[in-house]
Order: sequence, then C-alpha cells, then structure tokens
Amino acid sequence: MVGKTIKKWWPLFVLPTFAAFVIGFLWPFLWGIYLSFCKFTTVQDVTFVGFSNYSKILIDKTFSHSFWLTVAFAFVSSILINVCAFAIALALTKGYKGTNAFRTVFFMPNLIGGIVLGYIWQTLLNGLLSMWGQPLLALSARNGFIGMLILLMWQQIGYMMIIYVAGLNNVSPDLIEAAKIDGATSRQILFKIKIPMIMPSVTICTFLTLTNGFKMFDQNLSLTGGDPGKQSQLLALNIYDTFYARSGPQWKGIGQAKAVVFFILVVAIALVQLKATSSKEVQQ
Amino acid sequence: MANKKKSIIPTIILTVICILWLYPILLILLNSLKVESAITTSGVFSFPTAETWNGISNFIASVTQMDFLKSFWYSLVISVMSVVLILICCSMSAWYIVRVNGKLSKAFYYLCVFSMVVPFQMVMFTLAKTADTLKLNNPYNICIIYLGFGAGLAVFMFTGFVKGIPMEIEEAALIDGCSPFKVYTQVLIPILKPTIISTAILELMWVWNDYLLPTLVLDIKKYRTIPMAVQYFRGSFGHVQMGPMMASIMIDIIPIIIVYLVCQKYIIEGVVAGAVKG
Repeated sequence: MVGKTIKKWWPLFVLPTFAAFVIGFLWPFLWGIYLSFCKFTTVQDVTFVGFSNYSKILIDKTFSHSFWLTVAFAFVSSILINVCAFAIALALTKGYKGTNAFRTVFFMPNLIGGIVLGYIWQTLLNGLLSMWGQPLLALSARNGFIGMLILLMWQQIGYMMIIYVAGLNNVSPDLIEAAKIDGATSRQILFKIKIPMIMPSVTICTFLTLTNGFKMFDQNLSLTGGDPGKQSQLLALNIYDTFYARSGPQWKGIGQAKAVVFFILVVAIALVQLKATSSKEVQQ
Repeated sequence: MANKKKSIIPTIILTVICILWLYPILLILLNSLKVESAITTSGVFSFPTAETWNGISNFIASVTQMDFLKSFWYSLVISVMSVVLILICCSMSAWYIVRVNGKLSKAFYYLCVFSMVVPFQMVMFTLAKTADTLKLNNPYNICIIYLGFGAGLAVFMFTGFVKGIPMEIEEAALIDGCSPFKVYTQVLIPILKPTIISTAILELMWVWNDYLLPTLVLDIKKYRTIPMAVQYFRGSFGHVQMGPMMASIMIDIIPIIIVYLVCQKYIIEGVVAGAVKG
C-alpha cells in the first residue's frame, strides 16, 4: 500500500539521486568504456580505433610491471592487515585495562587522508633508512614497496580491528562456556569456535582490504610518487600517469583502456573473494 | 576479570604498541617546531634543542603560504554540502526503492552497489569533462558530483536499514492523511537517525580526505581543498621548505583528531554499522 501511494512521487524521491548518479557515475562510466576504443587528446577529436589501445597496453612494460606489483601488493597487504587486526582484536576483547584507550589510538590513523599519510611516513622512513645506510624510498623500489605496506597497515589495521572486535563481541559466551566445560583448549576455542563464528567479519574485512589495496592511489603518489623510474607505481597511479603525465596523442586512449582492464580486474577479484569467503560462513 | 595479575603484562605490551603507533605523528609534531636547518633526512629524530627551537613560526609560514584558511573553508563547504545532500537524497531514494520494489528501482539499486566497486580511475577523465560541461567545477556545485559518486554506499546502507522497518507505521500515517513527503520527514527520518549518523560519518571521512576528484574537477589555481593544498605545497616550489611542510601536515591532522576525540563513539559505531550492512 505504501508502495502504491509513493510510486507517483518519484520526481521528488528518486529523480535527484538518479540524475546525480547519471552525471557522477553512469554517464562517465559508459563514455569511458567507449573512449577506451578511441584515439583522442581532447573530447572533440575522437576517432574510433577498435581494440588497438588494448593491444598497445600489452607492449607497455610499465603496465605489466605495475599490474603484478599491484596484485602482489593487494594480497600481501590484505593478509598482513587482517592477521594483525585480528590479533589486536583478540587482545582487546579479553577485558584488559585500558582497552578503550587502545582502541581509540589504533583507529586514529584511519581518519588521516592518504596524501598526508604519505608525507608522514616518507619523513619517518627516509630518516630510518638513512640512519641504517640504506637507499631512500625514492631510490629503491623494494624499500618503496615495503614502505607502502607499512603505511597501509598503519592506516587500516585500526579499521579492520573495530570490525573484528564487533564480530568477536557477538560470539555468544554460552558457546565458549559450553566448549570449556567439554574440555576444549583455548587454541581449539579460537580455531573451532571464534574464527568460524566471525566469518562474516572476515569476509567484509578481506573484501575491504583487497579492494583498498588494489585501488590505492593517494598514498602511492605522496610516499614514492612511483619512483625510482615508475618501479613503485601501482596500477591506479600508472593509469593517472598515462593520462596526465605523458605527452602524445595516443596516451589518453591507452590510459582509458588500462582503466577498463583495471576495473575488470577489481570487479573479478571482488566477486571471487566474496564467493570464496562467504561460502565458509556458518548459519547462525 | 578473574586474573588481574596476569592482565598487567598484556596491558604493558599494548601500551608500548600504542606509543609506537602514535610515534609517526609525534615525530612530525617535533619537527614542525624545529628550524629549517635541523630537519634533514637523518636529523629528523633529534629533539628540538635551544638552538633548533623555532616555536610556531613554521605554522605561521605554512598558514600564510598555503592560504590555509581558504582551503579549510573550501574543504568544509564541499564536505558539509555534499554529505547533507547525500543523506537527504539517498535516504529518500532508499525508501522509494524498498517500498516500490519494482524492476526499475531494483535495477537502480544494483547499479548503486556496482558503482561502489568501480575504481575511480575508470571514470576520472570523463567525469572531469562532464563536470566542466555542466559547470559543476566549483566548490559549490561539486556536491552534485559527490552525490552521484557517493550514492552507492549511502543507498546501500539506507536500503539495508529500511528493509527492517515494519510498513505498518507508514501505512497508519498515510491513512491518517499524511502526504508521502510528510511521512518521510515525520516518520522515516526519526527511525533512520542512527543510520543517518553512520552514513554521514563514512561519507564525511571520504569527502574530507578525497584528493583526486577535487584535483581533477576544480581549477587548482583558484580552489584548493586541504589535501590539494598539502600536495600543491609539496610539489609547487623547487625547494621544499621542510619546516612549513611539517607544520602543514600538523594543521591538517589537528582538526581531525579533535573531531575524532569528541565524536569517537559515533565514528566507531558508524564503521561497525557500515561493515555489518556490507
């Protein structure tokens, strides 16, 4: 009944959001797919070239490098962040003194923007590296990669920890009590009860960390800027670089084609991951 | 808990980790108080001494060079306008989507969910062009773009919540002669309040810190949000002045930390609510 009454009110309830959605997402998205098959420098001189942008990606060495770097980065960062966040969440649900203060501190970096985070860690890490006589972030791709990992961990562990704490607090104490009476060890309680019971939290946290790892841009731009010689460039930065930092008529189309490949990769990974982890969730 | 003695050691360990966690920010704070010559790559760890103490002059330099107050104003205008617009429009749409539940509204819902996964690089070039054509390239109109790009998360969160509201209350109000708009303002908004707060926080964290979208859409010479100003500051001068740079980072962080400490409860609840719905 409510549905019937409000149905004709769509110009007020849905139209504003939908119009903005078309302007801010749908139209640029579809146009972007079209432009990936075109050669253009401005939107006025577009010529259709078919799949040639896509075939040019294959020759671009910087793309394949940043592709594999991003895949490695997303998976490694996702695992590290989830393991650390879960460990801290376990510690914070044991009722130790000062739990609230710890939670406050761990979450805080999450509120700081990526650009600023990058500069904070650049200062700290370059200081450490020069103290140890190691090449600075901008001079060593390996150090840049590790630097980005540390930065992302610092930023996201707090967020994931909050989600895990909420999940762990929802595990019924009766269940743990019952297991204890049956003589389960604390290790068994962890692996056979707590972890299976919080699988929904694991699903969402892996989803968030994986997609954030793939999409990381700001932190990459400010921490290493892709140096040395595009060696620490993740995909998002590589696409940005192709669009705005290279001169020549062909690059914008190639950049757009790269963006389409990137988009397909992120969606595919997200779908596979959601399917894989949500199948392990227990019905409560 | 039962074993008080045992819990001292973990508390100490956690305290140490927390201090390490805060160290990067403390380091920037210390350096923002030093004179230029004392902030070298290897000298960042030294404490400010009588000779290297610079007081707040780095902060003054950074505020004036960065035109901080203007950036702060733009960031504030963009964030507040965008988030208010997102909350109003998306809660209305979510209500409509759930209650009407036709093919079109379902399609719109799935498009919104889909838009959350799409990386920004996919649309950045065309979006900037669209914004230019439609004259959305200033800090007062950019909120329409944020509404479009932020609708995904907000519609998703609101529909998740509206589904759990029994229809009877709205029905009763309609039978009593309320117009649908009045039902929305008088019945739905009060029920939605917790979700409105959570969504507001998630969207605010995103818009306030967003760098790439305003950089591409706005004219960087005229309008700079805070993240843009920090990046511009770093990139525009041949030689980066480290002292004011450190100060500009602190100026960016301090308001965030104050807001966080005041609204901590809501922020953390907002994150949890967002994750549960997700």
